[in-house]
Amino acid sequence: MDPVAVVGVGMTDIRRDRVEDTYADLVYEACQKALDDAGMTAADIDVVLTSSNDFFDGRTISSMAVMDACGSYDKNVSTVEGDGTFGAAHAVMRVLAGWGTCLFCVHHKGSESVMPLITNAMFDPIYERFLGIESIASSALQARAYMDAFGVTEEDCARVSVKNHGNAFKNPVAQLPLEITVEDVMASDYIAEPLKLLDCSPISDGASAVVIANQERAKGAARKPVWVKGIGYNCDAFHLGDRDLSKSDALVAAAKKAYKDADINDPPGQIDLAEVSDAFSYMELMWLEGLGLCRAGEGAALTASAKTALEGALPVNASGGCISGNPVLVSGLNRIIECVLQVRGDAGAHQVAGVKTAVAQGFNGPCGQSQCVWVLGGDA
Amino acid sequence: MEDWRDGQEILVMDGRIKVPYNWSAGETGTRYLESLRDDKRFLGTRCPTCEIVYHIPRMHCPDCFEECAEWVELGSEGTLVTYTVVRKAHPQLSPLETPFGYGVIKLDGATTGFLHLLSEFDDGGLASGARVEAVFAEERTGSIMDVAYFRPVKGVV
Repeated sequence: MDPVAVVGVGMTDIRRDRVEDTYADLVYEACQKALDDAGMTAADIDVVLTSSNDFFDGRTISSMAVMDACGSYDKNVSTVEGDGTFGAAHAVMRVLAGWGTCLFCVHHKGSESVMPLITNAMFDPIYERFLGIESIASSALQARAYMDAFGVTEEDCARVSVKNHGNAFKNPVAQLPLEITVEDVMASDYIAEPLKLLDCSPISDGASAVVIANQERAKGAARKPVWVKGIGYNCDAFHLGDRDLSKSDALVAAAKKAYKDADINDPPGQIDLAEVSDAFSYMELMWLEGLGLCRAGEGAALTASAKTALEGALPVNASGGCISGNPVLVSGLNRIIECVLQVRGDAGAHQVAGVKTAVAQGFNGPCGQSQCVWVLGGDA
Repeated sequence: MEDWRDGQEILVMDGRIKVPYNWSAGETGTRYLESLRDDKRFLGTRCPTCEIVYHIPRMHCPDCFEECAEWVELGSEGTLVTYTVVRKAHPQLSPLETPFGYGVIKLDGATTGFLHLLSEFDDGGLASGARVEAVFAEERTGSIMDVAYFRPVKGVV
């Protein structure tokens, strides 16, 4: 792959109810921050790419409503529906296709609608929607399958929630820093067993943007470029009953591809930090295993050993993760941005010392149906 | 310095998108749903190459793209692959009073599982691998809700 870099990043604060901002306002703020970070203006951007979801926004072709906010007039613009990791992968491909710079932005205002009604609509309208299934209950099915397969306990999952909510105190954009214990998580109300309130990410508003550039244009950027070492993505079956929900074959395949690009053959030895999409606590354990950062079924032991803590040997979600603020779709891009900040040494209070190579993971669809993995590093 | 935003109460427009759709169940789905409605019988389709029996039936195998022309009658009992007990549900979505369950159920004779509701179980009375049976709705209209829910098979816990 020709060298491609992330040269600018911008995140809004993640909050429950940003009533004072329209979602285009959020996009403007994120894009302005990313351009400032790169030392660029909209005039330096060759092409623009956006990600959004019409159902969340309550508008058809919702991306068109943010075109002014991302400086895209008179530009070549495309839109990718879904999680920010996938959209950003297409932004990389725009640059690989020959453009010098691509501004990519993604937005979400969970506060403006009713999350379970929207996530219900991702299921099949003939066979599944009538059942009332939505994101939390379907994830509970996966959590149970995973826990049964590997003997993982609810306390094992609770440790992820405790760690990540604690990390969020050090991240100024995080929505939900919480000083909690495993007992607090265990005592929180069940929503869909085994998932309790404190196993679930909150409803959030936010937007994020990145500037992606080729090697030549990266030279002129204000910040140290962070290079895209590898990207892989892969999709599993849609119907939950067609899949083995206890593991993610799609993630294993996506990681394999990304690691091949990045010359990584010993993920736990070569990766310094991971940001994964922990929309629910159990997901962090599953995704660590899928990413090959530990063996299948060993995510709980890795977490209990504090290896994934902020001061551990392999910090995971040093930012606080999705569980501390989850503007859906934006969350994936935030995983990439957090890796970029860590590699640059710009992560502030949650900076981990000596991060040379970081991995970001995002997903689309129920129970992590489609998976995307990014490897980012400091050298071209 | 005074800012025009200070003390502003943001105006919010309430809205609701309500658009009727008429989703086709397709030829395969129609035969499947008719069988539930008329005969209280689950049907699957078998892939001639993979030998996978798909339930919900597929016209084409998603693995190998072969036509799944052979229809297979399945049991109305099966095994729970995974399950959840829902304690809090959105009132507009929930077809049953909480607590109720969802399960991925592998019907006898099927290779793949499918999603449906669980009810009539005791607290703590569900487990992966448990046997469950379909309870059909009295009035059936040709919908997946012609199966009201699944419940544990009595005496086989």
